[in-house]
Amino acid sequence: MSAVASHKKPPRVGDGPVFRRLLIGIVLSLGALLILAPLLVIGHEAFKQGVKVYTSTLNHPDTRHAIMMTVITALIAVPVNTAFGVAAAWAITKFDFRGKRLLLVVIEIPFSVSPIVAGVAYLFVYGLQGLFGPWLDAHDIKILFALPGIVLASMFVTAPFVARELIPLMQAQGRDLEEAATSLGASGWRTFFSVTLPNVKWALLYGVVLCNARVMGEFGAVSIVSGNIRGQTNTLPLHIELLYHDYQAAGAFASASILALLAVFTIIAKVALERRGAGRRKAQATDAVSTGH
Amino acid sequence: MSKNICTLRFAIAGVLASLLMAPAVHADTTLLNASYDPTREFYKDFNAAFAKHYKAQAGETVTIQQSHGGSGKQARSVIDGLEADVVTLALESDIDAIVQNGGKIKPDWRARLGNNSSPYTSTIVFLVRKGNPKGIKNWGDLVKGDVKIVTPNPKTSGGARWNYLAAWAWANEEFKGDQAKIKAYIADLYKRAPVLDSGARGSTVTFAQREIGDVLLAWENEAFLAGEEFGKDAFEIVVPPISILAEPPVAVVDANVDAKGTRKVAEAYLNYLYSDEGQNLAAKHFYRPANRAVVKPELLKALPDIKLVTIDDPQFGGWKKTQPEHFGDGGIFDQIYKPAR
Repeated sequence: MSAVASHKKPPRVGDGPVFRRLLIGIVLSLGALLILAPLLVIGHEAFKQGVKVYTSTLNHPDTRHAIMMTVITALIAVPVNTAFGVAAAWAITKFDFRGKRLLLVVIEIPFSVSPIVAGVAYLFVYGLQGLFGPWLDAHDIKILFALPGIVLASMFVTAPFVARELIPLMQAQGRDLEEAATSLGASGWRTFFSVTLPNVKWALLYGVVLCNARVMGEFGAVSIVSGNIRGQTNTLPLHIELLYHDYQAAGAFASASILALLAVFTIIAKVALERRGAGRRKAQATDAVSTGH
Repeated sequence: MSKNICTLRFAIAGVLASLLMAPAVHADTTLLNASYDPTREFYKDFNAAFAKHYKAQAGETVTIQQSHGGSGKQARSVIDGLEADVVTLALESDIDAIVQNGGKIKPDWRARLGNNSSPYTSTIVFLVRKGNPKGIKNWGDLVKGDVKIVTPNPKTSGGARWNYLAAWAWANEEFKGDQAKIKAYIADLYKRAPVLDSGARGSTVTFAQREIGDVLLAWENEAFLAGEEFGKDAFEIVVPPISILAEPPVAVVDANVDAKGTRKVAEAYLNYLYSDEGQNLAAKHFYRPANRAVVKPELLKALPDIKLVTIDDPQFGGWKKTQPEHFGDGGIFDQIYKPAR
């Protein structure tokens, strides 16, 4: 393709063989230094003291509890944020209403706010000295320093992930198919489930995968609202810090390897989804039209 | 292929189920101890000892949960609603903060237990690399040549404030109370800190594991612990002839124990810190026991007598005066410390 393109046009940056190799070299070495090396170190450190230390760390009740906390948090936060993201993307791309831009900005806020700020903000809302704290305390409802606080903080941080994946795609797809479905007599729900949803299936899954990875890895916001009680309110990332500060570097890296493994699964899922998504998008479009009547 | 996905799903479901069914710890009573960072190992031992003692004495099973973090952060968490039954923190002012914000602890807490509610004390010593290559013996040696020091940030860390005050106490004696000279020394000292971690444990890791700096200003117990964890041949402990007497206080969180009905066991827990076994365990973990008489002499050998200046010494005038004067916004530390650019 570049042969055809560069035939007539003046050479662009990166066309020279030396320069091209230099650029590729820089990218590869940066990638190795910034991404590959730390991942390898995690693996190496985790097993440095042998497989026994590795498995005993993962079998320790505190570690298992931390994994469980992380999984439960994800099981709550991800579906909620998925529903929120789909609803937000649907509203923004398929309808016109006042305050649409405001909604877009609101969705973006968690991306631009540091997670620690989110955590502290939750303290001021739900903490004993905060807005709702005294009321919650009087009614014996525990939010902070317990699972609800951790889930809330995780949800705040990952709120935009699904919507951000869906909005550009749904905008590009336009409203023609929905309008056609409606004009053929389909109800709003029917249109959504038979037309809109199948069209964005892969992007949605991709958003869910990213959201999940981030929920499981979230540290800053959760650290503030968790209370760091061993075997009680520690999620996996907090548990890693705890082990590291306990001078149990091997244990910390063993736990870190679980999170790293999750990241690798995320990448594999992402690649797989992108492949299937690209291949099927065309077929689905025609599919969706045919199911519309 | 769909078969594969099916098995995968079953595998995931199985893993989730087994995680959810991880054995829950059942106990008659549960106490939560919110503590600061370097007490992790001590309370691990002490909690086991207390649980055994309480079972034998009162016939009740008690489980003690631990939460560790920077002393100030822990106080903040209790203020914001962390349901700790007892707090075992680094500084009197952190417990006073709980008293002043929300009043979960009654103001008379310091008088309730012996030795100003400090069952163990500690001091600040130097941890240097093997052979003491920079020849550090006393506080004055810290500002000689190209010596680099490691200490946490006094704005966030309780231990770091003791480091600062210990250095101040030496300078006060050395310069006979000349404020300008003392401040110049402290300023020079903090210029030599390449990083200021937020907590004491972070600094220990910086010094011992990341091998930054020539000398770590550390809690005595933290210095010994680092020696044990990273090999005795890697470091040496230097005890300076003068240092500060740190009195980490403990208190029952009145509002929480009354709400949970755990006052009796919480008070028994703190009282047990003063028992023979509690005091010996403290010494074993290199805290200076409040009652040296009941502690085995071989445990005391590691904790030599030196001149220890207290926070109530006239040069400091207690925490209530020291905290705002030295560490408050615009206080002396803010005036003398300018981060390296």
